[in-house]
Amino acid sequence: MLGWRDFRRMTTGEIALQICVLLVLVVVVLSAYFSARINLAELGITSGFSFLERDTGWSYSFSLIERSIDDTYRKTLLIGFLNTLFVGFISIFFATILGFIIGTMRDSANPGLKTISSVYVQIFRNIPLILQIVFLYSILIHFPGPKQAISIGDMIFMSNRGIMVPILTLPLWSVAAIVVACLALGVVLSRSGISILKALALWLVGVVAMTGLAVLIFTPEGSSAISIPYLKGLRFREGLTLSVELVAMIVGIVLYSAAYIGEVVRGGLDEVPKGLTEAGESLGLGRFGIWWTIKMPMALRSMIPPLGNQWIFTMKATTVGVAIGFSDLFYIVSTSITQSGQTLELIAILMGGFLAVNFAVAQFVTLLNARLALKGYGS
Amino acid sequence: MTGAATKTWLTDWQRRAFATPLDTALTIGVGLILAWLAWIALDWALLRAVFRAEDVALCKEANAGACWSVIDARHRLILFGLYPYDEHWRSTLAAAAIIGTVVLSCIPWFWTATRITATWVSGFAAYYLLMEGSILGLPQVTTDKWGGLSLVLFLFSSVVLLGMPMGLGLALMRRSRLPLLRLVATLIIDFIRSLPLLTTLFTAAVVLPILLPDWLQGDKIWRVIIAFALFFACYQAEVFRGGFQAIPDGQYEAGRALGLGKWQILIAIILPQVFRHALPATINMVVVTFKETAVVIIIGFFDLLASASAAFGTGDWVAYYMETYLFVAFIYWAFITSLGRYGEYLKDRMRQEEH
Repeated sequence: MLGWRDFRRMTTGEIALQICVLLVLVVVVLSAYFSARINLAELGITSGFSFLERDTGWSYSFSLIERSIDDTYRKTLLIGFLNTLFVGFISIFFATILGFIIGTMRDSANPGLKTISSVYVQIFRNIPLILQIVFLYSILIHFPGPKQAISIGDMIFMSNRGIMVPILTLPLWSVAAIVVACLALGVVLSRSGISILKALALWLVGVVAMTGLAVLIFTPEGSSAISIPYLKGLRFREGLTLSVELVAMIVGIVLYSAAYIGEVVRGGLDEVPKGLTEAGESLGLGRFGIWWTIKMPMALRSMIPPLGNQWIFTMKATTVGVAIGFSDLFYIVSTSITQSGQTLELIAILMGGFLAVNFAVAQFVTLLNARLALKGYGS
Repeated sequence: MTGAATKTWLTDWQRRAFATPLDTALTIGVGLILAWLAWIALDWALLRAVFRAEDVALCKEANAGACWSVIDARHRLILFGLYPYDEHWRSTLAAAAIIGTVVLSCIPWFWTATRITATWVSGFAAYYLLMEGSILGLPQVTTDKWGGLSLVLFLFSSVVLLGMPMGLGLALMRRSRLPLLRLVATLIIDFIRSLPLLTTLFTAAVVLPILLPDWLQGDKIWRVIIAFALFFACYQAEVFRGGFQAIPDGQYEAGRALGLGKWQILIAIILPQVFRHALPATINMVVVTFKETAVVIIIGFFDLLASASAAFGTGDWVAYYMETYLFVAFIYWAFITSLGRYGEYLKDRMRQEEH
């Protein structure tokens, strides 16, 4: 921290410079404050957060929970934040899996796999994300209507209203119970001291097993375990409808982020010393064995920091969904601004939301890093 | 490549492609899939396609492929936006000036502080004079009429031109001995970097008018450009910081031993090396910036994406959204890929020089 000794070591000029900087900052803040007062008074807006309790009176495209146009601003903003988190985490999850596949393919010796994965990266990384999402969205809304929906095995239907998929008929509370159990299992496994890849594999097995168990126990009597969508009249009944906006958002972000994560993974695998792979070969390990027990564990360490940056980027990328009307936090905030005029408060909420998300993801990455660190290396 | 080298490369390729039965299957399978996809694309985009605007009726035929008529008919709108029709040649020349500037900056001869600055400032000035007009008898065209590719290039070049010195300034402040400067720089950099670009630009477009007195608000496009440049600068400052970290302390000591002052050491010894070390990452930032300019459609600018939507938005063209988006995607892709390729080439060359 700054002590008196620092001041004594500075020259007069340096102290004067800092005082000037401080003065400029004070002037900027004060002038912003007074301008805001004048401008807001002209617009007839009273500042403060009391508008949060007012009803919004407008609708939007997507929500995870029950909503109506009579919701308060507080609830609507919360829904927007949940949507951002939802799309962000789902996209991060799938983009990471796809990215690891792409990166491994790019690192492989087989020219076929190498070509197809580099074509993928060259295409999806070099076109703006917003263009990809808008493009995807226009393709999806040009699908045939529900009556002529494209059907895959009479289970999945694709129409301009979205994609209808079968879903497990579990009551909501049991879904919540499964999610909590999966998270708990994750925490237990990550603290158990086994290697991270094994823990991940065990966790996936556990998740599938728990879901299966829940289906056996909790399925309501008299109904089948899976609800399959079917066409009745002009619209689909049962099943789960994934709206066009949601599908375009998730698919677009996943394809784009996976190209970047693929490059991170390739970079990590590339840095593993050749001697280690050769040592694995001389031990008689197969290609998969070398990848799983030597290359991946080594590469993960150098991959985590850039991977964390990419995750944070993916979270921030959800904001472009506003271009296709997906109701993420940015969309809700900008609509609220036009509707209520509480610009400063709403922009503070928007920034606060993203600072919190970034902080959380950064904390998780630090944790992962600490978990993966080799004893005796680094600080 | 000599004949012998080609031969070893080929045998190596053969060894890798057909090492095991699985490899053979994968190589052949992937080859077939790629060939099939390439054939579909070729068949749709070229063989069965309709190219001329007059032939648009042919697009409705059952076996018609891509309908490039929409591009033939509407390319002026896509490339130039709402810029007055008779003045499109100015927009073309202006875009050429920016592209020329970027191409020149890729040549090592231009990599001195004065030459690169002169190139960018003159390229940018040429662009601005051509687009804005009102001198040399050119009628004035205000910035709200700028659009399409020229607007994208304008945003891109002004962000890089303004952001580069801002980034250097922030990086120097963050390394400063003076605690207040360090604190201010760290706060700005960390704050901007944790927000999405769209939030920063939106704040500049919508929120700043409330916080600024009337006489300071200026044009929306300039507020957005300055905010975008600040965003660029915060990332670029971290790139420069990496460059500074690569320089051993001995260099500063050597400078002092020669009796040079603090700023002389910085300008004559340290910065040239910092730029060199930071070059690959800088090019990466420039590429990313080009790509990110596409979000300005959301805050109401008539960029390439917006003009594309306008191009198929009316009349006969509604059905040909795919061709229009592909055309725009190809423009972005061509710019970004060529810049990215150049960056990779440079990185390889620098790596070889080190060894």
